[in-house]
Amino acid sequence: MRSGRLRDGLVLAALALYALPFFWQALTSVRPDAELLPLSHLLPSRLTAVHYEVVLRQSLMPRALLNSLGIALSSTLLAVALGALAGYALARLPVPGRGMILLGMIAATAFPQIATVSPLYLLMRALGLRDTWLALILANASFALPLVIWLLAGFIREIPRALEEAASVDGAGRLASLRFVVLPLVAPGMASAALLAFLFSWNEFLFAYSFTATEASRTVPVALALFPGVFEVPWGDIAAASLLASLPPILIVVAFQRYLVRGLLAGALRE
Amino acid sequence: MTDRRLGWLLLAPALALLGGLTIYPAVWVIWLSLQYRIPVFSISRWAGLAHYAFLAVDTRFWNAAAVTAVFTVASVALEGGLGLAMALGLRGQRHGRRAAVALLLLAWALPSVVTAKMFEWLYHPAGGLVNFLLGGRPVNWLGDPALALPALIVADVWRTTPFVALLCYARLLTIPGELYEAAEVDGAAGVQAFARITWPLVRPILLVALLFRTLDALRAFDLMFVLTGGGPAGTTETLTVYAYRALFQTLQVGFGSAIGVVVFALVMVVAVAYLRMIHRQEASV
Repeated sequence: MRSGRLRDGLVLAALALYALPFFWQALTSVRPDAELLPLSHLLPSRLTAVHYEVVLRQSLMPRALLNSLGIALSSTLLAVALGALAGYALARLPVPGRGMILLGMIAATAFPQIATVSPLYLLMRALGLRDTWLALILANASFALPLVIWLLAGFIREIPRALEEAASVDGAGRLASLRFVVLPLVAPGMASAALLAFLFSWNEFLFAYSFTATEASRTVPVALALFPGVFEVPWGDIAAASLLASLPPILIVVAFQRYLVRGLLAGALRE
Repeated sequence: MTDRRLGWLLLAPALALLGGLTIYPAVWVIWLSLQYRIPVFSISRWAGLAHYAFLAVDTRFWNAAAVTAVFTVASVALEGGLGLAMALGLRGQRHGRRAAVALLLLAWALPSVVTAKMFEWLYHPAGGLVNFLLGGRPVNWLGDPALALPALIVADVWRTTPFVALLCYARLLTIPGELYEAAEVDGAAGVQAFARITWPLVRPILLVALLFRTLDALRAFDLMFVLTGGGPAGTTETLTVYAYRALFQTLQVGFGSAIGVVVFALVMVVAVAYLRMIHRQEASV
């Protein structure tokens, strides 16, 4: 028993060591500028909040955080709403060509962004959507949608048909049974799909880098990639900005881990 | 309303969005790749297969293809080995499983731009932790043409191994303990038990995970674009970075689209292999 605890502790320590690059960035974000370059001691002599103050007061990061949050939440909502309707149709209704559509969804999850970015750019420009939230909301939602549909169709198929049939005996129509029977039961699955869609949008870089031009729509990864330095690279400020950009993913792996893992496994194994 | 009509009605919004923003662009990019399109000079005319013919003799393209191949093969191989080892280490975990999985998935969940910035700082010649731990030698990891690609691969392996580890770990948890007890009775333990029980059961999942990773490695862009920008001297310029530069920096929309189509074709070949493997596994279950 004792050796089991020791072993568990060692595995945790090894995993913490694996995450060291992240913890190092966290330490850099509170290290005084004078102790950054050259690095002479592992631990700083004192901790400072100055990098966070700079990032929050003088950089475009707060605006980028707002843009990212709004775009990620909107595109997640859009993808899950459309995905739930489509997933229900594919799981339960006699749609002709169902197999082909599902196969197309899997193929679409593999599409490389670099291949669709140029036509999408021309399309967004033609629609006058360059440098708007809407461009990224639509692009990110459509990119996440195939996986969301695939996941939700699978989760809905797991719900026993008998439950739905009992509801329609009560005179509830298809839509009512979708609303009052299926959706509540598939809520955990929707959470899994939503987390993956949110993470995709929050982390997305190529579309955001190509379609945005100003702070009006620049997202966190773009702001971080373009983080300005006047005479030298502000490593402490970049570290602080990285930490802020990491907060939603950290929240997801810590607080919503169960749903994330379920979505990841179902998505990868295509069960 | 019939169920059939309702089905189409529920599918329509999703198919409309996908049709407009995924399928249409996927077809349009092929059309674009057959044209000379340089918007700044208002050039727009038919090119036929000229871009592809040029790519066939373009040394920069073949260099990018080689970099992509090395990056993909090396990172996927390392992720497979390391991911399986991590899963085996995690399997016996009784206490602190949630914390363990959170630490594991952290690297995977971070934006790749954050990962790029983190590693840029770790590799910094004077301020980086890597050189400090090596005793203060001023190695320029990202500036040396011989070191930049390995350094990039390490960053990618760090970011994506957790995905492979998670899939293997989930599979390991479903292997009943009785199998190992029975094997022990037969005198098989340790390496033998791994070879006889664990490996045959975990192998299919590992293959699926690695095919998945191959797909992602072929289309990877963010990490190298931000960490090295394709440099030094093109030693980390993958096909995706070359395509991006052609599209948005030299503004050759037709030519850049042709490189995008090549990436597209490569990814689809792997995707078909992946689908076949899933299909075969379902058939064998």
